[in-house]
Amino acid sequence: MSDIGTYSFKRAQVDLDREEISRPSLSYWQDAWYRIRTNRRTLASLFIVVFMVVVAAFGPMLWHFEYDTQDLNQTSKPPWASRAMTVIEPYTPWVDRPVVERWSDTGAPADIQAIGFPSIEFVRLTWAPVQGATRYTIYRTIVDPEDGPLGLPLGNVIGESENTYEDRIDLEQRTYWYSVEATFADGSTTSTTQSLDVAAAATLDGAIESGWIEADSDLQPGDTLKTPWHPLGTDYLGRDMLARLMKGAQISLFIGIVAPLLFILLGVVYGSFAGFLGGKVDSLLMRFADFVVALPFLLFMILFKLVFGIGAGESGILPMLVALVLLSWPAAARLVRGQILQIREEGYIDASRLLGTKTTRLILRHMIPNTMGVILVTFTFAVPSTIFTEAFLSFIGMGVEPPIPSWGSMCNDGRKTMETTPHELIFPAIFISITVLAFNILGDGLRDALDARMRSTE
Amino acid sequence: MGFVVLLFLLGQVNQCTGMRSSSIGAVDAASGTITLNLAQEPPQLDSTKATDQVSGMVLGHVMEGLLRYDANDDLVEGVAESWSVTDTEANFKLKQNLLWSNGTPITAHDFVFAWRKAVDPMTASQYAFILFFIENAREITSGDMPVESLGVTAVDDYTLNVRLREPTPFFLSLTAFPTYFPINQAFYESRDGRYGANAEDLIYNGPFTISQWVHNANVRLEKNENYWNKEAVHLNVIDFAYILSDANAIINLFESGDIAQAGLNVELVDRALRNRWDIRQHVDGSVFFIEINHREERLTRNYNLRKALQYVNDPSELVNKVIKLPGNLPGESIFPVWLKGVNGKFREEFPAKPLMTNNDKAREHYALALEELGLDKITLVMLSGDNPSANKQSEYYQSKYAKELGLELKLDRQIFKQRLQKMTDGDFDLVLAGWGPDYADALTFGDLFTSWNENNRGRYASPEVDRQVDIAKNSSDAKVRMEAFARVQDILNEDVAILMNYERGSLYVVHDRLENVARRSVGPDPDYAFARIVDKES
Amino acid sequence: MAWYTVKRLIQGIITVWFIATATFWAMHQVPGDPFIGEKAVSPEVEANLKARWGLDKPPLEQYWIFMRNMGQGDFGISFAQESRSVNDIILERFPVSAILGILAIVFAGLGGVLYGALTALYRNQWPDVLIILLVIIGISVPSFVFASVGQLVLVIINQILGFNVLPVAGWGDISHMLIPALVLGLGTMAFLTRLMRSSMLEIVSADFIRTARSKGVPSAQVFSRHQLRNAVLPVITVLGPSVASITTGGFVVENIFGIPGLGQSFVLAVQQSDYGVIMGTTVFYGAFLVLMVIIVDLLYAWIDPRVRLE
Repeated sequence: MSDIGTYSFKRAQVDLDREEISRPSLSYWQDAWYRIRTNRRTLASLFIVVFMVVVAAFGPMLWHFEYDTQDLNQTSKPPWASRAMTVIEPYTPWVDRPVVERWSDTGAPADIQAIGFPSIEFVRLTWAPVQGATRYTIYRTIVDPEDGPLGLPLGNVIGESENTYEDRIDLEQRTYWYSVEATFADGSTTSTTQSLDVAAAATLDGAIESGWIEADSDLQPGDTLKTPWHPLGTDYLGRDMLARLMKGAQISLFIGIVAPLLFILLGVVYGSFAGFLGGKVDSLLMRFADFVVALPFLLFMILFKLVFGIGAGESGILPMLVALVLLSWPAAARLVRGQILQIREEGYIDASRLLGTKTTRLILRHMIPNTMGVILVTFTFAVPSTIFTEAFLSFIGMGVEPPIPSWGSMCNDGRKTMETTPHELIFPAIFISITVLAFNILGDGLRDALDARMRSTE
Repeated sequence: MGFVVLLFLLGQVNQCTGMRSSSIGAVDAASGTITLNLAQEPPQLDSTKATDQVSGMVLGHVMEGLLRYDANDDLVEGVAESWSVTDTEANFKLKQNLLWSNGTPITAHDFVFAWRKAVDPMTASQYAFILFFIENAREITSGDMPVESLGVTAVDDYTLNVRLREPTPFFLSLTAFPTYFPINQAFYESRDGRYGANAEDLIYNGPFTISQWVHNANVRLEKNENYWNKEAVHLNVIDFAYILSDANAIINLFESGDIAQAGLNVELVDRALRNRWDIRQHVDGSVFFIEINHREERLTRNYNLRKALQYVNDPSELVNKVIKLPGNLPGESIFPVWLKGVNGKFREEFPAKPLMTNNDKAREHYALALEELGLDKITLVMLSGDNPSANKQSEYYQSKYAKELGLELKLDRQIFKQRLQKMTDGDFDLVLAGWGPDYADALTFGDLFTSWNENNRGRYASPEVDRQVDIAKNSSDAKVRMEAFARVQDILNEDVAILMNYERGSLYVVHDRLENVARRSVGPDPDYAFARIVDKES
Repeated sequence: MAWYTVKRLIQGIITVWFIATATFWAMHQVPGDPFIGEKAVSPEVEANLKARWGLDKPPLEQYWIFMRNMGQGDFGISFAQESRSVNDIILERFPVSAILGILAIVFAGLGGVLYGALTALYRNQWPDVLIILLVIIGISVPSFVFASVGQLVLVIINQILGFNVLPVAGWGDISHMLIPALVLGLGTMAFLTRLMRSSMLEIVSADFIRTARSKGVPSAQVFSRHQLRNAVLPVITVLGPSVASITTGGFVVENIFGIPGLGQSFVLAVQQSDYGVIMGTTVFYGAFLVLMVIIVDLLYAWIDPRVRLE
């Protein structure tokens, strides 16, 4: 080593200002919150998630419809359906049926007419019968049949001189084409078609029973009333879709959030136990976790549902929670154990230990915060997949019990009518999609914010 | 948007493979083929053990009993060419020279073998009871007598003698039932326990044979060249090319022209109407009701409570506003409208006394019931299946009972076997139940609520019902029998043994070129055996 | 390597034993008698039925018999289809599910890589936006909704064209498999697209790409040889676990499209309390998954020299 003369050194100019920390020092969580705040997508999804939770928590309390109140006069109504209804006399069985005044001379039933006011409560038809007919079949359809099939066979009346039929089945406010087909002794048939506008109407009693008007209302037959507003329409039993969706949000979010909370908690305890203890216990515990991971998830979800059984009046939420927790904890346990093993080896832990930090402080100050990020991210991603699982099980009829709605079972109900009343499928599907998407984006954002190593490049 | 990308990709793949659906469409006149769908794989084609509707339907096409049903639901000759039935025995003369599909002659011994097999306790057939009208059958099934003692004898190869336990005026209709179909002993034994497992593990004597059976994928029937009445068979092939139970998927197949017939549920009616399909109605013969638990410890044993439920019950509202499918009839009686009576229809000769819905009276009876039971509020459990229509109905009742009576109804939905278990154990107050006929006689419904019937899951017991059924069972006089059943009909309603719901009907759409498909309430349904393809300009 | 393989296989067998035991235990807790029928059965008949399936023996003996038979690869007879063995049913149905699953994975893998690469290349241009939209649908729309809607759309397309582009349902040749496989693979495809995209973007800024560029390698070559190849690696690693999620969707897709796969048969067996088929399917399927995991692990070790086997 050569001698270096002191003259070689010059006193450096120290610029202390440069060393000054210009921004406030951010803790881990402050930094995370800053990142979340500045990421518009994450913020939007966080907002949606909070919104959904608020809707689920308070919506059913505030909204004046109950999720299970049926209104059989308003089934499967889309949101845009007309709400006006004419008040009519109470329904009484049809006794004063008209006698045959005139026989048809065309060979087919003629003069199909409605007696009284044709409404969704009942349509009373009469026609001029044909000589030689043995029975009449009444059809109804929603498009002009022209020369094609007559549509929906409603029923038969047997006898040559029969000339009336009362239709009460599933009527809606629209134009119907009614056909009367006469069948003759030799099996031949003739028919006549007549279009008829059927009006929306309700009896006073019916309207009171449905809760559309007050019992002391002074409405008279012939007046018009307005049925309650269902902003998202009604389902197949006339239940308010919005009320059901909000109740469904309660169920779906409850299971979607509580189940991951529980199984991640279990996983954290199990995983950190294994990680801290290490050695034989660790490998034994983790081998057991491997077994549970190997169980075919969906098959066992269904098996567990059968094993627990759902008694009368039970919602089926608890068995589903238990099954989810029993089957899903090992992933979290593995993750936490891995994290703890890894952190234990980190240089800063050694450094901190060298500086004399106590074990408790080590765990609280380093281990927990450093795993919290990963756990939180895992949780956020577990929520949408649990919501999917619940929806899926409800879809195949293994989910929550009716009349309690879940988004999955509502989708299943709506799927059957997706061609005619698509709103029954679209709304629950949208709710699932938005929620699942929001949780996914939130998860991405959290990952960026909380975990430097897992940060995506997007 | 995703669809556009998907479909684009799909088009590319399709072009690459150059593959197209090989199906020839719903009906093909040139080859005499119709293509159809099965709701499920036939679980059991051994006729002694078959219990389900799909197996029964397939068996009805490929097998034939002594008699069979024609398109008008009348009994006509099958393997037998003549017959006579008395109070104590039935004799059948079989057609000679009939052959099984493998060329073996069909003889009276094939019937003796099959029937003995069916009642054999080792077979453990669930339908053994349908042979209990034959002498000693019941004792054989319970293991008290040897199978050889069954009251059926092959007098010679073409004469069959049956000794009856009791007068069975409807015995002929039983011989069209699958459990009564013949089985060739030599062939059965040659299959070594696999009889009925595959297409080649069966021989056939019906209008068709199974030419191909790919489990869970398709069942293909071809015309049986050995069938005695093959001139009446117009179709060459009935191809059950799809095994599918999803109603929407089935209707999609129909709309695409892949299958010739499809069932309609209420959700699909508007779609069918808009497409101007040919919609038809079918009464499947079964009756649906709410079975009430009459066991000692149950609240539903209280008459006033049952009466209250009966007054609330409104079958016509149920049909018009909940089920919403025309063809379903509001239930009035355990005996459905199609049953034959003395001369005409039973229900025309003996109309059921109408049950009027009356909410005020219901509340009166409910108040009485509360008082008698010393309760403030009643909570009942309604057991039901987990299918959509059961859901709809049980939710309807839950809401209705709460609104009209303030009664809380807890719903207990169970899958098939679990529901049956709970019904058998009596673990319910009310259960949505139904009963389909096994043969074309009022007795199949009439003895359902006798104290000795195992299917009487609510354990309803009325000495008078038992007595009337006894009268009916020991007589072959139609008038005596029907009057006894009329009495049963009245007692069940007066005593509120059950609550009537509906008689089931169904809607279906058929290809406009397919004709003569027989639908029936008793026997294989639907029956395509004598259907034909007609020419029609489209 | 050989020792490691043997060790993993032994672990696998123990795992399958665990699955079988858990299934056996679970099945015996399920209420309801598998022989109960719509028509009441006499006690004698029921006793005969129970004897036939050995259900009259004490549970421990049943367990022993079940394990012994399973050890010989025999799952017994189906309760619902008496003349057929569970092995028959599984062997018939598993290939169907497997073909569908493989096709779905291929769709998902190819689509994921292709779309992922495209979005990364055309970042923030219209293909990117389009594909992100597809990804959003794939992630957020449940497979059952997608399957139902997809089938209806196919019907409408077939009607507009006047002939059947693709069959609506059923099983037979490859044309029956395309739509179900697409529906089934969509979720995974979306997931892989996202992964591929971020992996591509990460690599664009990697040193070796910059080096290649500065050396004057044509950009097409940089893309295909360096960027794509390296970006695909993480995608391959997640393909294994995707198998599980694909089979989940298989349950519904098989039911809606009438595909005679294992999922459909399981749901049916549950409804019929067909103990034989339920236990057989669960154990078989569990064993299959265990085997897949072992194979994937061995493959990694073989492909990636950085993975050391302990």
